[in-house]
Amino acid sequence: MKSIIKGLAVLTIISTALVSCNNQGTSSNGALSSSAAEKVYVAPGEQDEFYAFLSGGYSGNLTVYGLPSGRLFKEIPVFSQFPTSGYGYSEETKPLLNTSFGFVPWDDLHHPDISQTNGILDGRWVFVNGNNTPRIARIDLSTFETAEIIEVPNCAGNHSSSYVTENTEYVVAGTRFAVPVPQRDMAIKDKKGNFKGALTFYKVDPETGRMNLAFQVLMPGFDYDKAHPGRGNSHGWFFFTTYNTEEASTLMEVNASQNDKDFIAALNWLKIEEYVADGGGTKMPTSYMHNVYDEKKHMATSTQINEVLTVDPTEVPGAVYFLPTPKSPHGCDVDPSGEYIVGSGKLSADVTVHSFTKMMDAINNETYAGDAYGIPILDYDAILGGSVQSGGLGPLHTEFDSEGNAYTTFFISSEVVKWKLGTWEVIDRKPTYYSVGHLMIPGGNSRQPFGKYVVAMNKITKDRYLPTGPELEHSAQLYDISGDKMELLSDFPTHGEPHYAAGCPAELLAANSKKIYKLEENEHPYVVSNVADTRVERNGNEVHVFMAMIRSHFTPDNIEGIKVGDKVYFHITNHEQDFDVPHGFAIIGANNSEVLIMPGQTKTIVWEPKKVGVWPFYCTDFCSALHQEMQGYVRVSPASSNIELSWSLGED
Amino acid sequence: MIAGAVVTLALFIFPLWKITLEAPQYPTPLGMYIYINDFADANPHDIKNINIMNHYVGMQYIPEAIPEFKIFPAGILITFALGILIAIKGNHKWYLGWFILMVLLSSAGIYDFYLWEHDYGHNLDPKAIMKFTNPDGTVMGFQPPLFGSKNILNFTAHSYPQLGAYFLALGIALSLVAFYVGRKEKRAQNETA
Repeated sequence: MKSIIKGLAVLTIISTALVSCNNQGTSSNGALSSSAAEKVYVAPGEQDEFYAFLSGGYSGNLTVYGLPSGRLFKEIPVFSQFPTSGYGYSEETKPLLNTSFGFVPWDDLHHPDISQTNGILDGRWVFVNGNNTPRIARIDLSTFETAEIIEVPNCAGNHSSSYVTENTEYVVAGTRFAVPVPQRDMAIKDKKGNFKGALTFYKVDPETGRMNLAFQVLMPGFDYDKAHPGRGNSHGWFFFTTYNTEEASTLMEVNASQNDKDFIAALNWLKIEEYVADGGGTKMPTSYMHNVYDEKKHMATSTQINEVLTVDPTEVPGAVYFLPTPKSPHGCDVDPSGEYIVGSGKLSADVTVHSFTKMMDAINNETYAGDAYGIPILDYDAILGGSVQSGGLGPLHTEFDSEGNAYTTFFISSEVVKWKLGTWEVIDRKPTYYSVGHLMIPGGNSRQPFGKYVVAMNKITKDRYLPTGPELEHSAQLYDISGDKMELLSDFPTHGEPHYAAGCPAELLAANSKKIYKLEENEHPYVVSNVADTRVERNGNEVHVFMAMIRSHFTPDNIEGIKVGDKVYFHITNHEQDFDVPHGFAIIGANNSEVLIMPGQTKTIVWEPKKVGVWPFYCTDFCSALHQEMQGYVRVSPASSNIELSWSLGED
Repeated sequence: MIAGAVVTLALFIFPLWKITLEAPQYPTPLGMYIYINDFADANPHDIKNINIMNHYVGMQYIPEAIPEFKIFPAGILITFALGILIAIKGNHKWYLGWFILMVLLSSAGIYDFYLWEHDYGHNLDPKAIMKFTNPDGTVMGFQPPLFGSKNILNFTAHSYPQLGAYFLALGIALSLVAFYVGRKEKRAQNETA
């Protein structure tokens, strides 16, 4: 017996010694920073482990980064004109930016969401929302280009968007700024009870990804802020946070912050789908644009639609409930199992978590605490799953790993807090630099998160990088979350203002990424597949140049017979069929932009010559050893001249 | 002997030769397969891209078709028929004859290939964009190797036989084996008689 006690004592001493050794090891700064550097280092020639699609916010575009390196791969033009490629300037892409307000060449892009099948990222498309002039865009993840933009009628501030259901049945749009529906001339002070907050569901074609407005639920005029779909058991439901349930219309920072609790709206879209299929809903005249890009024609077309199917939520029993949630909730996040709905009261210290099981019990037992405009309000205590006593301030957004942990950003206290689902205990917290908004774990809002890294996207940069005058890019931090404690790995600037982001393993997309467009599949109406077909045609004062380009010349490269006052359409086909050999086209005095044309693609840019003379055009992309020689001339004669059109290549 | 003749038909299925061009800006090398009746891309559009590269130094475009694409398949069909005929009617001495014929024809084929390569690499457009000279002042040629690897400006060119050529060699070798086996059997017959 004695010897056993002795043995135990010896063991205790040894293990204590080991523990203190470990402590010494981890407290060494040098060792830590070198391991962080190794974790983000992607050696030359190696590739990143994850794609990350970061919203560009007020840039209107979507940026593509690699993780863990934080390297920027591409800026995908979506809602903003992009002179780099001619997006929104070329004749083919201008229709993508058409709206019922006319041509709107900018928007505020917020929340990327990758398409899902069975609640798992499938990597076919990424959907993004335009907040300002309400729109949703679909980006094709084989070309990494905008394939479709559809407008949201009866909506203003499309913020609780563009999230997809777990089989990409629908992508949603929501209204942050309640408005009269239909719009009319009325006094602003009469807002209360007279405005609506439309929540719009777009059906996504499972083959093509094409969006079609299926129905629009006309909710009370609150501000619908953020959203996420149910998954697993809660599949069929969609959750939207609200603020300003006060329905204030002025000095909102005060007047919209008076109620102790606002709501999370829970919508059973399966029930509404059924109601609509049975002939429910009211058709309302409206006007919105649907713009679709045809990859074979290399061209977008706009269609105006003049009707929308609206649904009054009080007429679909059991379809809509309000979940009271404290302090003007912002983020609305659903855990991978679908059981927990996290509502982050942005003026609060705590994170409120509703239980889907308890919500269903409360619905079945009619445990109501009243109603708002005829929509039942569930009893707060009956549906509360738990509350995270975070010790932070200003919770905004939550993402999840696959181990039952949640990660919430705190804007005011500027940190990411890791906590446990179910026990609600705080496990770790790490500062961010500074005032973090969204965060992203690849797959972190799906049934299958890849919980290796979290990216924190900050609103304030201050001193993080070398100063560049008053205007700075935003900053992001990357943390390793594979262990119990989070570890800060790196810090990198991001373009525009990243709101949400979406990420996925590299292998989901890399193999499907197109290298070229096949020339033989080009169905552009002005394509020239054969250089023998290059020509110039006049139709009144419109001149159409059918041009081809290949290393290192344009065909034709000398054009005469153009006159001042002509409208010259350069339809240019890139005859290359090799990966990464684009050619650009720019001509002096063009009032739009260049066009950057990918192998096998045709693009059109309009030039309206204003001065008599001989004017050059050239290739803008250093394409080859003879790139500098890739140039040509257009002779512009007075409007009254009668010089015949002529064109040539290689003739003296 | 029948097997020997039959395997030469593999030339209609598998490529005879492959030329590969490696350069730093081509992480996936450019490549061309040579069949007895066709030139084919190793990866889509490779021949087009080889042509674009080669026009800088004034090389001709790789033609869509050459006369050999008609002559070679006919030759193979004739020698195949001859081989079968010999296998049925002839004796081992005929096998040796077929073997010698095939070796001669193959050598002629390789020589023809060399001539084409030489012309392709040396018959350059006088208006070539880039003109290179050897240290001795003569015009630099861009002939790919007949067999093996060679550095040509920024490219490393590889030229090696493919499955079709191996089948042809196997067919020819089999005929030689058939000759020896036939001779052995003949001697054995003579001894027992």
